[in-house]
Order: sequence, then structure tokens, then C-alpha cells
Amino acid sequence: MIGTVIQTSFRALRRDRGAFVMSFILPIGFFTIFGFVFGSMRGSSTPRVTVLVVDQDHSDASRVLVAGLEHEPSLHAITHPGPTRENPAPADYTAATAEAAVRNGDAPAALIIPAGFGANPVAFGPGGQRPTFTILHDSSDPVAAQVVAGMLQKTVMTSLPATMATMGSQYFDREVGGLTSEQRKQMQLGLARLRQLQDQQTQNGSTAGQGTASIANSAPDNGGIVAVNVRDVVGEKKKSPMISYYAAGVGVMFLLFTASGAGGSLLDESDSGALDRVLSARVTMTALLLGKLIWSALLAFAQLTIMFLWAALIFHLDFFSHLPGFVVMTAITSFAVASFGMLLASLARTRGQLAAFSTLIILTMSALGGSMFPKFIMSDAMLRVGYFTFNSWAIEGYQKIFWRDEPIRSLGPEAAVLLTSGVLLFLLARWFARKWEYT
Amino acid sequence: MAASRNNPEPVAAEALPLQVDDVVKRFGAVTAVAGVSFAIAPGACFGLLGPNGAGKSTLIRSIVGRVRLDAGSIAIFGHSVSSAAARADLGWVPQELAIYPLLTCRENLQAFGKYQGLRGRVLHDAIAWCLEWAALADRAGSPVKTLSGGMKRRLNMAAGLIHRPRLVLLDEPTVGVDPQSRNRIFEMVEALRSAGTTIIYTTHYMEEAERLCDRIAIIDHGQIIAEGTKEELVSRSFGSRSSVTIHVGATQIDLAAWAQARGGTAQDGVVHCSVERPSEIADLLEAATHDRLEILDVTMQRPNLESVFLHLTGKELRS
Repeated sequence: MIGTVIQTSFRALRRDRGAFVMSFILPIGFFTIFGFVFGSMRGSSTPRVTVLVVDQDHSDASRVLVAGLEHEPSLHAITHPGPTRENPAPADYTAATAEAAVRNGDAPAALIIPAGFGANPVAFGPGGQRPTFTILHDSSDPVAAQVVAGMLQKTVMTSLPATMATMGSQYFDREVGGLTSEQRKQMQLGLARLRQLQDQQTQNGSTAGQGTASIANSAPDNGGIVAVNVRDVVGEKKKSPMISYYAAGVGVMFLLFTASGAGGSLLDESDSGALDRVLSARVTMTALLLGKLIWSALLAFAQLTIMFLWAALIFHLDFFSHLPGFVVMTAITSFAVASFGMLLASLARTRGQLAAFSTLIILTMSALGGSMFPKFIMSDAMLRVGYFTFNSWAIEGYQKIFWRDEPIRSLGPEAAVLLTSGVLLFLLARWFARKWEYT
Repeated sequence: MAASRNNPEPVAAEALPLQVDDVVKRFGAVTAVAGVSFAIAPGACFGLLGPNGAGKSTLIRSIVGRVRLDAGSIAIFGHSVSSAAARADLGWVPQELAIYPLLTCRENLQAFGKYQGLRGRVLHDAIAWCLEWAALADRAGSPVKTLSGGMKRRLNMAAGLIHRPRLVLLDEPTVGVDPQSRNRIFEMVEALRSAGTTIIYTTHYMEEAERLCDRIAIIDHGQIIAEGTKEELVSRSFGSRSSVTIHVGATQIDLAAWAQARGGTAQDGVVHCSVERPSEIADLLEAATHDRLEILDVTMQRPNLESVFLHLTGKELRS
């Protein structure tokens, strides 16, 4: 008896391809995605923090420090923008251009090495005379500034051994009331060897990887061997930096499910015979699909509006002063998502198939596109894959509007991608919907 | 030459409501409809009968323009089934409850009316007529899911007639309804007939076809195997003879041979014969007594559509 129950259940599962996919493929797919995001696959996918480095000192010490930062594996240190056709040899970042780039979302943080750093690079304990580094950051990535501050402390220690020893000996000399001439001579010999080693490290970048990238003991304040001032250049006057991110991320994920369900009404109507009846009247398949698409898009628009209104009410998101940008972003996102739902429905043959495939695809897109976990913990490779999802483009667009206060015209790339995708997906949906037109 | 909107295809003044000519439809190696032709006169109720898998559903879907034909043509009042004019003239009531379960009766009629191009006062009046015709006026605001099976069937019919078509295709409109609702549906169909609407009626119930249809076509293996009035079909199959059924008790003799000797058949203790005159029954009974058959029951019946169907297709209509 029990065997028959098991056998019957197995046969039912085997013949329900949708359930079969849900049972086996979906968990494996998700495990793989999480593995890529969190598992640091052989280091190649370890997320690196992009930091724009501005050298205002132009001393030997600052050049050594920049070289050390450039070779730090947990950082992607950039001193100048990438070349373009108009500007094949762009100038190094200045404090102003770096700040603008952070505001623009090109990088989550910028590090400014202050003038005078080479003359007095480090100090031991609070109160020592030293110039203050500045980290400009976008607090929608709460990790970047801490990583940069920690890696700065580490790099100063590992890339400037001679400087450290010199400053240390001066500190020691001052505190003990002076060294003997013999002690001073031995000290000078040792410092010469360290300078030689430091020069070699600068040439081959061997400081990289000497220490583990730990930020546990480094905080963006003046307690380290270098003084650091951290300034949020994007969200200084804003509350809850991740609210607009997650309102968009979670909103788009559920929009995709809603659109899939709305598209699925075609399958219900096909099963009930209503679709045949409608198409035998004066309604064409194109008109029917357009009607479904517009309805689905309106539903999505309403959903996102309610989501953001809720965020304004509960989390004090500044919704109303960003209303025009919100309307534009929500309209194009809703259209793209609705087209996606229509395509899924037109590809599926049964509700079961639609449920299985839409769950698989939507959860995968949401994981890769930033709806499930923030983009700043993803590797560059994962971020590149994320550009193939609606979620990523929609989140980026909403962040431009709500977080970076950019004008509507800045939504050009997002609008182009989402609108083009929406049109293409709808055309594909129309193509596959031919199966319902005639037999 | 293809007809254009400004130069519509010419239509004969006396164009028939439905003209089906040599229609062929294949699905891969299977020929579902194999050269079917028939026509329906204005105001007639035309019954279309056939066993399951005979090609009836494909033929119906062809008439409503949901099938691409491999050969042949179908015209509704002289217009191709894919034309807007044909769609306006044809009302289809599918076998399935093709209505929106979460909408009310009125909302369903409104939706299907708009799909047929009705608007404003015309739509309003059409909805009122449909609700009245289907005896659903008092349930106009009720969601479909709260209606009884019979009410749903009636709404399903009303949705197909919202645009007041001249030709109506009723595909098994009484499936799954109780006798009372069935009678109500018969009244609705008869009201349509009285109004001069031409009807195509498919059913698995012979008594419905006999009651409602002027002419009947029987389709099997994708072909029309018989067509005519009920009397014509019976006469062609059985002439003027009546069928006699004799139930006999257990016997030692070869009952099949006994029946065959008298022009009939026997199976499981039941003998089927036919007689020209009722008096011939006495001869059968005398022969049975002579051969020591224990007669349990004897019935004589004029052949009906069921008999014709069984005779022509070898199957019960509802099998």
C-alpha cells in the first residue's frame, strides 16, 4: 500500500514537467547563483571596491601609496577616467571630478591623498601632526568607505616600511630623550635597507597580497596611523540609503510575478474556450495581446506606485519631489515587465508550465539583477551578468532619481534598454501567440 | 481576386446562411474532415450529429473561423468566414462555459458585446434583451461563479447571441444541465427559431435533435454519411419496417442462428428483428414457442434517430 502511494506520487511528479523542474532544477540554479555571489569562486569573482584615487601631494610617498592601492586585491583603484574617442588621454582625477564621479554613480568611493602627506605621512597615536585623508563615498554602498579606509591603513603600513620605520625612530628618539651616536648609526643602516626594499616593492607591486584584506581593525576615523575623514557626498541629507533601492528591487521582482500571472490569463481563457470565443468575434490576436499588455502594465504601475508611497509613509522616502522621474521610470519598467509576462505566457502551454518557468526565470533574474541582495556585494562578473535583467536596469534608474537626484534626461540608457526590450519581447510574444490563432 | 473594404466581395441576393463546400482539414496524417459539403436554408434548425472523434468539433471550429482549411470553402450569408461581415452574422455558443467566472452576468454580456463591436444604447438594449431571453434579468448583477449550472449554460448562450446574429451555432448547449434547465434552453432555442434565426445544433441527445431540428446531418470519419429530415433518414435506413426486440430466457439452441434465419441479430439473450406490419410479431412468437424459447419481454418500436445513428455508425450516440 505504502509502496503504491510512493509509486503513484513518483509517476505524477515525473509527468508534471513543471513540478519536476521546480523540484530539482530550481534549487540547483539558486545554489549556483548564491555560490557565485557569496562563494568567491577562486578569487576571480571576489567583489572589489572601485575607488577613485586623487593624489594632491605628488610626493614619492604618495606615489608609493597609490601604487600600493593599485595592487591591493580588494580594491580597484583608478587614478583617471578611461580613455574615450573624444579624450584619448584623460587627466587624473581631481577632488572635484572625483566627487562628481561618485555623485554620478561611477564609483562608490574616492580617496583624496592630501598635500603634505609625503612630509609627514604617519603618526602614532592621537594628536600626532599628520594631514587628513578624505574619503568621499556614496552611502548607498555602506561597505565601500569602510573597505577603502581599512585598506588605506593596511597599504600605508605594507607599502611604506621605510617611512614607517623613520617615523617610528623619530617618535622613539623623541620619547626616550635622544639616541647614542652608535645607536643612531645602526638605525640609519637599517633604514637604508628598508628604503631599498620599499623601492623594490614599488617597482614590482609586491605589497599586494602580503596581508589579508581585513577591515575589522580599521575605522574611518582618526584612530589609525593615518587620519581619515569620511564624507557622504550623495546621501548627506537623505535618510535610509537603501530604501529606494529595495523599493525598486523588491517591487520589480513582484511585478515580474504579477505580469506573468496577468499573461497567464491567456492560458486560462484558452482552457475555458473564452479565448476562442473572443477571437471568433471581431477581436484580432494583436488587439487582444495589446489589451492584455496595457492592462498588465497598468497593474504594474499601480503596484510600484503603492510600493513607493508605502516607502514614503513608513521609511520617509522623498517620493513627491521625485514624482516626474518616478513616473517615467515606472512607466517604462511596467511596460518592459508586462511584455516579459506576455512572452512567458505565450511560450507556456499550461498554467503549470508557466508557474514553473516564470518562478525559475524571475527568481534568477532577481538574484542576478540586485532584487535579492545589494549589488555592492556582487563581483564585477556578476554585475555584468546582471545587465541582462530588468531588475538591474530598473534599480539603476530608480537610484538615479531617488538617490542621486539626477535629472530625467539621465535615464536615457535605462529607458533605451527597457523600452527596446519591451518592444522586442512583445513582438516575440505576438509571434508565439500564433498557436492560439488557428489550428 | 481578394475583396477589399471599398469593393466588397459580391454576394448573391439569395445567399444561404451557411454554405460548406468540400471542406478538408488534416492534422498531420489524420484527416479530421474529409470533403464535407452541406448548406442550410434560412430559418432552418440544422442538427449535426456524430460520435466522438468523427470530426464534428473540427467542422464546427472551421465554421467559426478558428481552423485553417486545407481545401474547400465555407461561406456565411455569402461571406468568407474570416470576414467581418461573417463574424457579425454568426453567433457561436461553444460547448465549454466560455465566460468569465468572476464577472457578473451583465459584465460578461457587456464584454462580449464590446468584442462584437456594440457600443452605447445598442449595447445596453442588447444586454437587456439577452438577460430577458436567458431568464437571467433577476441575476444580472450576480457573479457567474454563484450561478447554477443551468444559469451558466443560459448565460453562455446569451453571450453568443449578444450581437443578434442571423446564424447561430449551438454546440451541445444542454451538456450537464438538469431536465428543468434543459426545457428552459429548448424554449430559448424555439424562441430563436420563431424569430427566424438560422440554427446549427449539435447534441448527443437524440430527443433534442428530434424535437428541435428540421434537418439532420450525421458525420462519421470526417464525412457526412447521411443528411435529411428525421423521416427521410429513418426511411432510408429502415424503409417502413419497425424494430422488434425480444428478450428470451436461457436456452440450449443457437440464438444467433435463430435470429439470423428471421433476418435479425441476437446478443446476450436479446433478439433484434424488424417487421413490416405488427401482425408479423405473431409469427415470430409462434416460431419462438415452437423452438421452446422462453420469452421474457417483447417490444415493437418505429425506428428513430437513435436507430438510424446506430445503424449508420455502429455506435451509440452517447458512447
